[in-house]
Amino acid sequence: MRTPEAPFDAPWQAQVFGLTVALHEQGVFDWPTWAQALGAALREDDRYWQAWLSALEALLSARGIAEPGQIIDLAHQWQDAAHATPHGQPIRLENAGHGAV
Amino acid sequence: MPHDHPDHDNHLDPMDARVRALETILTRKGLVDPAAVDEIIETYAHKVGPQNGARVVARAWTDPDFAAWLREDATAAIASMGYTGRQGEHMEAVFNTPEQHNVVVCTLCSCYPWTVLGLPPVWYKSPAYRSRVVIEPRAVLAEFGLHLPESTGVRVWDSTAELRYLVVPMRPEGTEGLSPEALADLVTRESMIGTGQPQVPA
Repeated sequence: MRTPEAPFDAPWQAQVFGLTVALHEQGVFDWPTWAQALGAALREDDRYWQAWLSALEALLSARGIAEPGQIIDLAHQWQDAAHATPHGQPIRLENAGHGAV
Repeated sequence: MPHDHPDHDNHLDPMDARVRALETILTRKGLVDPAAVDEIIETYAHKVGPQNGARVVARAWTDPDFAAWLREDATAAIASMGYTGRQGEHMEAVFNTPEQHNVVVCTLCSCYPWTVLGLPPVWYKSPAYRSRVVIEPRAVLAEFGLHLPESTGVRVWDSTAELRYLVVPMRPEGTEGLSPEALADLVTRESMIGTGQPQVPA
C-alpha cells in the first residue's frame, strides 16, 4: 500500500506529541482529560498543532507543573541560545547569554 | 541546502522555542525522559501505520474465526497480532456490508486508532471533515471519490478517547486466490476510515 504522508510538518510538532504521550504514560493526566483539553483548544484555534501545544500548556498550568510565564522566559532563553550557537552545531540551553541557567 | 548561507544566524521559531522550554521544565522535574520521548516519536513517525490495520483486515477476510473474534472483541483480537494501545483505549471493528457503509470521525478533536492506523491524516483533523461528515456523509464521501449505491446506508461512528473504530471494508471481488499478504496490499488507509474502498487487484 502507499506510504501515507508524514504525520508531522515540523520537528516541534513531533516533539510536543512525544511529550504529551510520555506525560500520559507517567500518569500526569488520563487520555479522556487530554481529549477534552485538545477539543477545547481546537475550538479556539483551528491550527491543529498550535492548538495541541496550547492544550498541553493549559493542562500543565492547571496542575501547577509549568506556569505560562516560566515557559515564556525559558523559550526566550532557548532563542538566545540559538543565536549564540554557531551554525551546524546543536543548540544547547547553556549557550544562552543570560547566565541564568 | 544548508551551506548556502554560512553566516546565517540560528533562529528558533517561537513554537519550537516554546516546546523546548516545556521539555526543559518537564525534564528538570523528572516528569519526562528525553530518550523516552524520542522513542515515542520514532514509533509513531515511522513504525506504526496503516500497514498494521491492513494486516488485521486481510486476516479477517481470510480467517472466519478471527473475523468473528474481531467482531466480538476487537481490542483482544487486534492485541493478539501485537498491536496494543498506549492509552488503554478499546477498539471496535465495524464491518461494511452491502446494506451499511461505515465511516469514522472524531467530532471533538482527533481520536483515532493509532495502533492500527498510525497518526491521523491532515484531513481527518480538519474542522470541515469533523463537522460535515456527521451532517452530510454522502456529500463528504463523494468528495473523496466514494459514490455509494442508494441502497447502501451510511453509518457515522464518532470516536472518543476511550473507544476507537476500525472499518473493515468488504473484500473486493476477484481476490479469491490471493494470500493474506497480497490482500493486505489492497487495503488502503482510507478504506479503514471509511472514506475509500480497497484497491482492486491489477
